[in-house]
Amino acid sequence: MAKAEARQLSFYYGDFRALKDINMPVHEHKVTALIGPSGCGKSTFLRCFNRMHDLYPGNRYEGEIVLQPDNSNLLARDVDPIEVRMRIGMVFQKPNPFPKSVFENVAYGLRVRGEGSRRRLEEKVEGALQDAALWDEVKDRLHQPAYNLSGGQQQRLCIARALATNPELLLFDEPTSALDPIATASIEELMHDLKERVTILIVTHNMQQAARVSDFTAYMYLGDLIEFGVTDELFIKPKMKQTEDYITGRFG
Amino acid sequence: MPAEIQKNLKAQIKSRKRWDTIFAVCGVVALMIGVLTFVALFVDMALDGFARLSLDFFTNYPSRRAGQAGILSAWVGSTLVMVTTAFFAVPLGVASGIYLEEYAAKNWITDLIEINITNLAGVPSIVYGLLALGLFVYQFGFGQSILSAGLTLALLILPIVIVATREAIRSIPQVIREGSYALGATQWQTVRYHILPYSLAGILTGVIIGMARAIGETAPIITIGALTFIAFLPPAPVQAQPPFLSFEWLFSPFTVMPIQMFNWTSRPEAAFQANAAAAGFVLVFMTLAMNGLAIWLRYRLRRNIKW
Repeated sequence: MAKAEARQLSFYYGDFRALKDINMPVHEHKVTALIGPSGCGKSTFLRCFNRMHDLYPGNRYEGEIVLQPDNSNLLARDVDPIEVRMRIGMVFQKPNPFPKSVFENVAYGLRVRGEGSRRRLEEKVEGALQDAALWDEVKDRLHQPAYNLSGGQQQRLCIARALATNPELLLFDEPTSALDPIATASIEELMHDLKERVTILIVTHNMQQAARVSDFTAYMYLGDLIEFGVTDELFIKPKMKQTEDYITGRFG
Repeated sequence: MPAEIQKNLKAQIKSRKRWDTIFAVCGVVALMIGVLTFVALFVDMALDGFARLSLDFFTNYPSRRAGQAGILSAWVGSTLVMVTTAFFAVPLGVASGIYLEEYAAKNWITDLIEINITNLAGVPSIVYGLLALGLFVYQFGFGQSILSAGLTLALLILPIVIVATREAIRSIPQVIREGSYALGATQWQTVRYHILPYSLAGILTGVIIGMARAIGETAPIITIGALTFIAFLPPAPVQAQPPFLSFEWLFSPFTVMPIQMFNWTSRPEAAFQANAAAAGFVLVFMTLAMNGLAIWLRYRLRRNIKW
C-alpha cells in the first residue's frame, strides 16, 4: 500500500524545470531509494515531500503529492508546510546537530510542539535514542554538547531527533555521504530496523547502498523518473536501457 | 641537475624573493607608523595627566580651580547616556537585523533599505546632532537632556548594530535552519531557539563596538546643547519612597567625558591641560575596557557553539 504518492509532480526553480511530471508511489513500511547521477533531481524530489523548497523564494510546485491515510495533497496551497513537516521527518546529508546538548537536540521537535512536561520529554527522548540505537552510548552524557559525539553518532542523533515526534514518513538525503564505512553500516542497519514503524524514502549516490537497504528503487535522470520498481528486479534486469547503463557503470 | 642550471635557478629565485623582503619591510614600516603614533599619543597623555588621577578626580565636580576640578558629573553623564543609548539601540537594531535576514522578502525594497543602512553608518555625526536638535530637543520637547543625547547616539550606532546583527546571523549555517524547520518549527521558534542564541556573541560584539564609538562622540552632543559646566548630578534613578524607580534623570541637563575634556583643553592654564589629559586617559581606558569586554563575551559565548 502506498503511504505517499507523487502524481504529475513538476518542480521549478524560477524558470528552470527541475522535475518533470513524476508519478511514483512510496510504499508503506518499505524503504524506497532514489538514485541517479548528480543533478538528476533526486534531492529536489525528496525535498518536495516536506516542502523544504518553501523556505526559498522563486520555487514552484505543480501536481500533487498525496499522503495517506487521509488522502491529502501535501502541495496544496491551503496546506501549511509546518503541518507537513510535523508529519514527515528529515535527516540531512551532513549531520547537523544543533549546538546544544544531546538531550535538547532530541527534545527540540517536542518542544516546538509545546511539550512542557519534563517527565514526558525524558521518556520520549530516551525512547527515540533507543530507537536510533544510540541510547547506550549517550545515556551518561545527555547534557553534554552534541558536537562531542563522533560523526556517526551525530547522524544517529539526528535520526533520533526526527523519530522523537513519531513521523509517518522519514526522508534521508544521502545520510551517509559524510561518514566512514563503519558508521555507514550502522546507519544502514538502523534503517532496516526502522521500517517496521516508519516509511522511509532515501536519496543515495551509492548504488550498492540502494541495493542493500531498499525494497524499491527509482532511477532518475535530468528531472525525469526513468524507471521505478522492486529493487532486486531493477538491479538484476532493468527494463530501460538507460537504467542498465547507469547501474552497470557505463554511464554516470 | 648540472651545476650551471642549478646556479641559474638559485639566482632567479633569489631575485624574485627580493620583493618578498621589500614588501615585508614596507609593511612593518606602515604598521609602525600607526602603532607608534598611537603609543606616543597615549604615553604623552598618560604622563601629562597621571598626576591628576586620584580618587578625588573621580568624585569632584568641575571647578574654576584646576587642582580641585574633577570628572564626577562627566563620567556619571557618560554612563547614563550610554545606558539610554543601549536601551534604544539594542532592541531596535537587533529586531531590524533579524527581520531583514530571516523574515523580509529579498526584493528591491529590502535592497534599497540595505544600501541605505550601510550609507547611514557613514553619515557625519554632526548631522545626527542637527537632526536630534530639531526632532528630540524641540519637536518632542525632550530638551537638552540625557534622553535627547541617548536617542541621538542610539540613532548614530543603530546602523552598526544592524549590520553586526546581520553578519552574525549570516554566519549561521543554513543546515541549522533547515534542521529546525524540518522538525516543524515556525519562523519565530527558529529565531528564538537558534538564530538569536547562536548569533548573540556577534551581536554583543557589534553593540559594544558601537557603544565604544558613541562614548567618544562630542559633536552631536554639543549640537543638542549639552552643558560644559555641570556641578550637580541628575536625580537618582532609585528612591527610598514609592514608586522607588524614578526616570527624572532622563530629563536632566548633563555633560559627558569628551565635552568635559574639550572644555578643559580650551582653557589657557597648564593645570587644566593636565586635567584634560587625565580625563582623556580615563576615556580611552573606558573604551578599551568596553572592547575588552566584547572580546571576552565573544570568547565565552562561542565556546559552546560549533557547527
